[in-house]
Amino acid sequence: MELAIEVRNVWYTYPGGVVALRNINLDIYLGEKLVILGSNGAGKSTLIKHFNGLLKPQKGYVKVFGVDTRKASVAELSRKVGIVFQNPYHQFFSERVWDEVAFALKNFGYSEDAINYRVTKVLRLFDLYDYADRSPFELSSGEMRRLAIASILAYDPDVIVLDEPTVGQDKIQKEKLREYIKLLTLQNKTVILVTHDIEFITEGFDRIVVMAKGTIVGEGKPKEILYDEEILVKANLMMPQIPRIATCSKLSKIRDERPLTENELLFLVLSMLRGRK
Amino acid sequence: MAAILVENLTYYYPKSIRPALKNITLKIERGDFVIITGPSGSGKSTLVRTFNGLIPHFYEGRFEGRVLVFGVDTRKASVAELSRKVGIVFQDPENQILTLSVEREIAFGLENLGLPSTKIRERVNEVLKELKIEDLRYRVPFELSIGEQQKVIVASILAMKPEVLVFDEPTAHMDPYSAWIFSKILKELNRRGYTIVVVEHRLDLLVEYVTKIFVLKDGKLYAQGKPGEILERDDIDSIGVNVPKFISFFKKLKNHVRTVKVPRSINEASEVLRKVVMWSSL
Repeated sequence: MELAIEVRNVWYTYPGGVVALRNINLDIYLGEKLVILGSNGAGKSTLIKHFNGLLKPQKGYVKVFGVDTRKASVAELSRKVGIVFQNPYHQFFSERVWDEVAFALKNFGYSEDAINYRVTKVLRLFDLYDYADRSPFELSSGEMRRLAIASILAYDPDVIVLDEPTVGQDKIQKEKLREYIKLLTLQNKTVILVTHDIEFITEGFDRIVVMAKGTIVGEGKPKEILYDEEILVKANLMMPQIPRIATCSKLSKIRDERPLTENELLFLVLSMLRGRK
Repeated sequence: MAAILVENLTYYYPKSIRPALKNITLKIERGDFVIITGPSGSGKSTLVRTFNGLIPHFYEGRFEGRVLVFGVDTRKASVAELSRKVGIVFQDPENQILTLSVEREIAFGLENLGLPSTKIRERVNEVLKELKIEDLRYRVPFELSIGEQQKVIVASILAMKPEVLVFDEPTAHMDPYSAWIFSKILKELNRRGYTIVVVEHRLDLLVEYVTKIFVLKDGKLYAQGKPGEILERDDIDSIGVNVPKFISFFKKLKNHVRTVKVPRSINEASEVLRKVVMWSSL
């Protein structure tokens, strides 16, 4: 697999002395669906700001498709790595939804035709085309989040970082988000989800990196990490509900299986009951 | 007398042609622990803003029907008076912080009530202890983590000694462990006699403690009842309520194993599952 982002021995201290990152090492591949999991203040947001050069490492280096972020501008890096921040309305500054999406494309020097084509395409994709003439600030929070993703997708970066996208979202909005993530990976995009929503990540991700106090305290497949109480506790997290009941009931131990979703657990329990009959 | 009684309440925000709340009638008893849930935009936050008179006093708009707080019609009392009965903790703690020290933050509301300074000091000490945040006393609220800020806001509201505590999505920004700790705090406050009202998407941590769930949808009261009754209904899941996964798992299992009872808490869920496992490996 092609390496998209390479993080090597990265340290970062904020002015004022708070050490936010302590010797971070991480490889992220093209097409990967990665979760960066951790509680508030673990250093997740500081880390992702290194992916498009908003922050530069004070020690160590970050390479984006081989390019050292200290030697490239945020604008250049942003064409490769798009970040959707937690509060989408802090990102908007245009008067129309259409202009919001077209903004980056204009900056990148796309032709008028290309801009029209791309804006139309992503607005349609995210069910926002009917709102093209409205103000971004008139949208609901779910629509704003879609607009934030759409305006980044429009310029087609290879890596898309979503910072806490499930905060304050209801179940239906979360399911939609899951579909959009699927859609992105079908296009071989790298999706990096930054979150502490342990229930959301039980489905659809390849790998989980757990951060606490500026370091990576664990890394592995969802079935490994979400069953590892020790790592989760270190990061102020808890086991999701299904792993928790599978562990507490000793089910996962007896059968040596690690269900993450209701359906996986149901399948396991029914197969055990059938075995008895 | 009910703590909060809402009767035929319909409310339009100023200049809005669609009502945010449509003909809502509900009752919250003294000592209740209720959850108000429902999809985004269903009117949950609007509803709780009627409980201390913010609606209609501050927001204006068209207000039909009535809300009684311990028998007092909210239109006939001021927000200041109502706030002594009903304290609301809103979603973003940082927007509620006004002062430069935790101690001052908690004292602020009490000073506005005109309490003598000895009494204020006493209450500040009480709530700092109650929420186990004595170490934060001299800190600057803006510099605290969101979870800590939330506790400071709760403390400043507890200090006013209201009878009803309302929380609007309190755990939205909290990590799972902090949210779990917070659910224990709510349970303890309820045990001490506070009536608790929580607006929440996330139900897994609270469901075992609550006495009643109200579900709003499109500004209407879609369903109300005991947690078991509500969460086991098939339609509740499909309108966008986040039914806890351990409950939806047992609902599915019940389709295959009729005798299984849907548990109320995650611990009970583990117990029931353990029995199923033991039975099947006999």
